[in-house]
Amino acid sequence: MKKRLLLALAAGLLASTAASAQNLRIGLNEDPDVLDPHRARTFVGRIVFTSLCNKLVDITPDLKFTPELATEWSWSDDGKALTFKLRPGVTFHDGEKMDAAAVKANIDRARTLPDSLRKSELTSVESVDVVDDLTVKVNLSRPDATLLSQLSDRAGMILSPKAFASADFGQKPICSGPYKFVERVQNDRIVLERFKEHWDAKNYNFERIVFQPIPDTTVRLANLKSGNLDMLERLAPSDVPAAKSDANLVFAPVTGIGYQGITINTNNGDRAKMPLGQDKRVRQALELSIDRNVINEVVGAGIYPPAGQPFPEASPYNNPKFAAGKRDVEKAKKLLKEAGVEKVKFELTFGTSTTTQQIAEIIQAMAAEAGFEISLRPTEFAAMQKEAQAGNFDANIIGWSGRVDPDGNIHAFATCKGALNDGRYCNADVDKLLNEARSINDEGKRKQLYDSAQAILKEDLPIIYTYYQPWPFVLSKKMQGFKPYPDGMIRLKGVKLGS
Amino acid sequence: MLRYIGRRILIAIPTLIIVSVLVFALQKLLPGDPVLTMAGEERDPQVLAYLREKYRLDDPIPVQYFAWIGSALTGNLGISLRTDIPVLTLILSKLPVTIELAIMAMIVALAIGIPAGIVSAVRKGTAVDYAANVVALSGLSIPNFWLGIMLIMLVSVRWGLLPASGYVPPTEDLWLNIKTMLMPAFVLGTGLAASLMRHTRSAMLGVMRSDYIRTARAKGLLSRKIILKHALRNALIPIVTLSTLLFGELLAGAVLTEQIFTIPGFGKLIVDAVFNRDYAVVQGVVLCTAVGFIFMNLLADVLYVLVNPRLRHAA
Repeated sequence: MKKRLLLALAAGLLASTAASAQNLRIGLNEDPDVLDPHRARTFVGRIVFTSLCNKLVDITPDLKFTPELATEWSWSDDGKALTFKLRPGVTFHDGEKMDAAAVKANIDRARTLPDSLRKSELTSVESVDVVDDLTVKVNLSRPDATLLSQLSDRAGMILSPKAFASADFGQKPICSGPYKFVERVQNDRIVLERFKEHWDAKNYNFERIVFQPIPDTTVRLANLKSGNLDMLERLAPSDVPAAKSDANLVFAPVTGIGYQGITINTNNGDRAKMPLGQDKRVRQALELSIDRNVINEVVGAGIYPPAGQPFPEASPYNNPKFAAGKRDVEKAKKLLKEAGVEKVKFELTFGTSTTTQQIAEIIQAMAAEAGFEISLRPTEFAAMQKEAQAGNFDANIIGWSGRVDPDGNIHAFATCKGALNDGRYCNADVDKLLNEARSINDEGKRKQLYDSAQAILKEDLPIIYTYYQPWPFVLSKKMQGFKPYPDGMIRLKGVKLGS
Repeated sequence: MLRYIGRRILIAIPTLIIVSVLVFALQKLLPGDPVLTMAGEERDPQVLAYLREKYRLDDPIPVQYFAWIGSALTGNLGISLRTDIPVLTLILSKLPVTIELAIMAMIVALAIGIPAGIVSAVRKGTAVDYAANVVALSGLSIPNFWLGIMLIMLVSVRWGLLPASGYVPPTEDLWLNIKTMLMPAFVLGTGLAASLMRHTRSAMLGVMRSDYIRTARAKGLLSRKIILKHALRNALIPIVTLSTLLFGELLAGAVLTEQIFTIPGFGKLIVDAVFNRDYAVVQGVVLCTAVGFIFMNLLADVLYVLVNPRLRHAA
């Protein structure tokens, strides 16, 4: 009797581990917004889309482009047409065929839907031609070197045209990715299920993916430790030691393509009219007074690599010449003296979070030694954004999640009319260089242009970069084959749970 | 009795109107721009303009208010700006979760608070009384979020007994549902247990001193019978009203508790909505909460009348 009971128990146990081995539970930092790639805006939503929706092209860990729905692509000689050859035999989750007509319908939707957030990414697209069943030609109004990188993200995700005609697409997304949508309980979970007809289905091992938004990082880690999750994204630096010391977990951080920095109001309204905004020597002194290694070690637990430029180290456009310099208080004092100001007062605004608060305090203390008197103003994030646009700030601590193409990390921030240029920094030379750089496809020539622009910006300092945004993942020891990418996405190809 | 209830409902109407105006106005005072929040990192000016028009954010505030209240009266509370899900659907799916949490927390609170109150009243001035008071005061003064995290660390991570957070609907797995709700209900309930205990104690002390209790004692009734049947019953009158009113406090406490334990309920809904400037959701949730509150107050008054015979005639 006892024996039989034991056997039954063992069998039950086996069955349950076998079942759970096929599911993957991922802890997210917050709940995604609408699940329509053309209308979505959050970083976290992109993590879900990565499993749900295939794109025309994907990227490699060193930010090169690699085939996904498109097997090959080529530029016309004048750089005004981009032609894609599509993968044959691909179907959407609803059984519809993924072909050139579907790709055209998607790009057209992304650039014409009234509330599409992809419009600004596709402004150069003039029309899309269906050449044959598996060939698409994208015609541009001007050469646009950034287009391929846009199409490697949400703007290049191909949804089922039959499904996006319906109004509730955002609640029941249908794409062609390795996993299909099952259900969503807002604030609780998003469940995806293996798409057996996927063109690469054999490389995807999980039966189900469950995304669980758990905003508190300590609770998220506790869930992983207690076995309720298999992996999590964006661990807070304060929890890094706890994750590292746990033998059952693997800490897998990667330096991202985004950055954190201090944006200075140089030209936006009355608050720009003070030494910090008007005199670049004062801004240089501020930069010299900051030791980015201290921020990395004290606040970042070693995962906040110092940044001196907008392009991350993984990017071919990163130039070591512009890397973060050493702290030099004496030189900072000298610069302030030259500028004719001994004490510089300004207000530093930042979004309320423990990490940012700590960084602001460190900057305040370090800059004080050079002669800066900084008052700190923590502000709720949405409120800060509005104030920043209105020019109601001296200096802001603000970050950018980063884009694969260098243009995405600099153009909108440093050109006179850039949508994200809160300080309204304006320099005709920089505009010219950055506009030219986005129009040529040759990597070498582009790099020269970006180097020239960076040389000016490094001198003028409308933004003082502080560190590169890391994507700290933590995995259960059982997870095998996971590779963190600098864009912070979770790619599940070849990933499985061992015993 | 019916006339009494009818009158109370009529009085509730102007209250609701005032609440709806206040919610609307307060929200407009929130710093930040919902459209900026919605438009994502890129803040495309075209998109900003479109969204402003779509959600009528450029209309004068009174116009916006009447448009909203007009459709709210027909049961249409709008659509979540963030997720596209209708607000009513969101509320209806979150409400049962929070009600379950509130009921379980109430059970915890009553199960701890009332017996502790009785014991400390009956054994007034003894070590038991002091011990109960210390426990009650610590229950009141330990912050929910701290207790929550500590419980997660101990019960889930160290002992691995209960899930650390999350929610499973009872229809899916009843046992798992109870397991996930135990810790949150305990955290939420202990805070309330403390105030229930204090109230029970003072009510009991008041009743125990009254004449009829002395008479009962003189008749030689069993002490237990006197306490549970004669004293407690009268002492319960204020406790019943207090419990219904505490439900409001429970909803407020649920905001924090749900945040810690990641329970997709009402409290988490509103916190996230405020941070995302999801106006439609904030308005809908606050309106529903106000209706719920007014209803609970009404229920408290009716219960009070039912429990207390003297008021029954007055009504």
